[in-house]
Amino acid sequence: MTLKPFDRRSFLQMLAAAGSAPFVLDIGAAHAETPLTVGILYSGSKQDYGFNQSHAQAAAALKKQPGIKVIEEERVPETIAAQRSMEGMIRQDGAQLILATSFGYFKPHVLEMAAKYPDVTFAHTGGVWTAGMPENIGTFYAYIFEAQYISGIVAGHMTKSKKLGLVAAKPTPNLLRSINAFAIGARSVDPAIQVQVIFTGDWVLPVREAEATNTLVDQGADVIAAQVDSPKVVIETAEKRGVMSCGYHSSQAEVAPNGYLTGAEWNWITPYLVYAGSVRGGKKPEHYLRAGISDHFVKNSPFGKLVTPEARAAADKARADLIGGTLVVYSGPLKDNKGNVVIPAGVMQSSNDRALDGINYLVEGIIGQV
Amino acid sequence: MDVTSIGWLTLPLAILGGAIRVSTPFIFVSIGELITEKSGRINLGLEGTLMLGAMAGYGVSYLSGSPWLGVLAAGLAGTAFGLVHGLLCSVKRVNDTAIGISLIVLGTGLAFFFGKPLIEPKAPALPSISLGFWSSVPQVRAASDVNALFFVGILLAFAVYVFLNRTGWGLMLRTVGDSEDAARALGFPVLRVRILATMAGGFLAGIGGSFLSLSYPGSWSEGLSSGQGIMAVALVIFARWRSINALGASLLFGGAGALGPALQGVGVTGYYYLFNAAPYILTLAIMVASTSRAAPFADAPGELKLHR
Repeated sequence: MTLKPFDRRSFLQMLAAAGSAPFVLDIGAAHAETPLTVGILYSGSKQDYGFNQSHAQAAAALKKQPGIKVIEEERVPETIAAQRSMEGMIRQDGAQLILATSFGYFKPHVLEMAAKYPDVTFAHTGGVWTAGMPENIGTFYAYIFEAQYISGIVAGHMTKSKKLGLVAAKPTPNLLRSINAFAIGARSVDPAIQVQVIFTGDWVLPVREAEATNTLVDQGADVIAAQVDSPKVVIETAEKRGVMSCGYHSSQAEVAPNGYLTGAEWNWITPYLVYAGSVRGGKKPEHYLRAGISDHFVKNSPFGKLVTPEARAAADKARADLIGGTLVVYSGPLKDNKGNVVIPAGVMQSSNDRALDGINYLVEGIIGQV
Repeated sequence: MDVTSIGWLTLPLAILGGAIRVSTPFIFVSIGELITEKSGRINLGLEGTLMLGAMAGYGVSYLSGSPWLGVLAAGLAGTAFGLVHGLLCSVKRVNDTAIGISLIVLGTGLAFFFGKPLIEPKAPALPSISLGFWSSVPQVRAASDVNALFFVGILLAFAVYVFLNRTGWGLMLRTVGDSEDAARALGFPVLRVRILATMAGGFLAGIGGSFLSLSYPGSWSEGLSSGQGIMAVALVIFARWRSINALGASLLFGGAGALGPALQGVGVTGYYYLFNAAPYILTLAIMVASTSRAAPFADAPGELKLHR
């Protein structure tokens, strides 16, 4: 690629500063006659109170934009069926942009389809584009752990037992980053706070998630955070047991009107609009698009009614500091929960530091094991 | 919010609580399957029936406001599925195993299709009976919140035992299951008995499903069942076709299933994949230990096509 890649940060900041409306109105006015068709694939149900729902919400927001037509397909398995689905969207509906929202779609399905249809842009959630892959592929993801850090601060302010519980699926690097950020946030309020994590072993296991939640409450945790694919069961069980909860992916406030504090949510509409914009502008898609809270890629659920003014103020300050760049979640000195120094004093690993990609430890103050 | 930590005591409490909370669907599905298998047929489709029951129970509870009506609806949906299985398998040269597998797919598909609008609404849940009034420890109180269906399940195991061993109809059912020729010679309506037995099995499996959506974990979602319906079929073999054993096997399975999260809870943080597999390892170990070279199918109904 000889063109200098367009400056994502300034573009996004402009987007954030001006709000997305003028930008979208502009593409709408210019191309009102030929709507841009966007095809979106989900691996599960759109209403899972979780990851797929966070994408479906962005898709609903995308539908409201003028000049954009959205077609969706749910429960597309991460098999050859994904290729058939993408091909159908392209050939029958004339999709010019495919948003493949599940990790397993990338290799080989998106790669093969992108090679076969070089005029269509493919954007994939979570994949990593490397040189040699088709040029019409973009990969995007968001630094959700920044929002988890803020959830941790709220939880740290609200806990009375100084013990937080966390139900997590599998110790993948992305989840570990979030678990650690949650603990770092909570312990920035009070270093005596401990976070107990239970790994269920898979992404969707409702009965075991409920069991894990009960066990954590029995152990004295009074805030339960969920890091599974569909946190509904965990949040509901916490509510039944009368403890507070922090959500993930999308807002679960509805299922826990009393105890829901806040949650870490994806805000996929921002990367969606980036890719819609590059298709409109006839540009190559951004191959490796990653951003966090400062670029509106992630957000926190609105505070629940229990959250005290101090906790709100602390969370808002942390958000402002993260956006301003004066606060970095992974700052040394940082120890893991076995006592090893993982980030020495004076070293800061900012959110886009690729050193965090392979994270394989739990930080000090977490009871649990990778 | 009075929270106290009780440390290691959580472990037996979690296993006991888990046995009570997790085992109920296993009890219903395995006893239902036991009745079906006693008639000489195997219905592998109970996983589909379970999902359909979970969806139907949740839907009717939401629409009518009464969770018990939901349980009834789940049972009826299961009965209908049992009828389909029973009728199809009554056609000559139709294989009951293959029909069962296709019913898993059909039941799950129907449940997803009709369950689409049920993911978001909140249906009234089955009430639980609080047996922890004697204790001031909140953890004990929580573990002693037992759903009424659990007690129904225990009674059911004993009732089925009495039915099979002490009643004329039970004898007829067992005869049909053990020897079709003998049953015909005695003038028993073989096909009708088998169809009714499969319907009864479906009824109970449907109720087992409604427990998942109406009590624990207590909401309808597409990932609700993690193979409970399939495991229950294995539990019947494990229990050597005896209803009281099936109750015990379900309790054991439920308790072992709680082990994984509970051990991590008390600070045994490693090897959780292994502990999560505990129920399956336990089942395999007991099955191996209880085999007999001399009479491998001693307890199996004679007409059951497991060993042909």
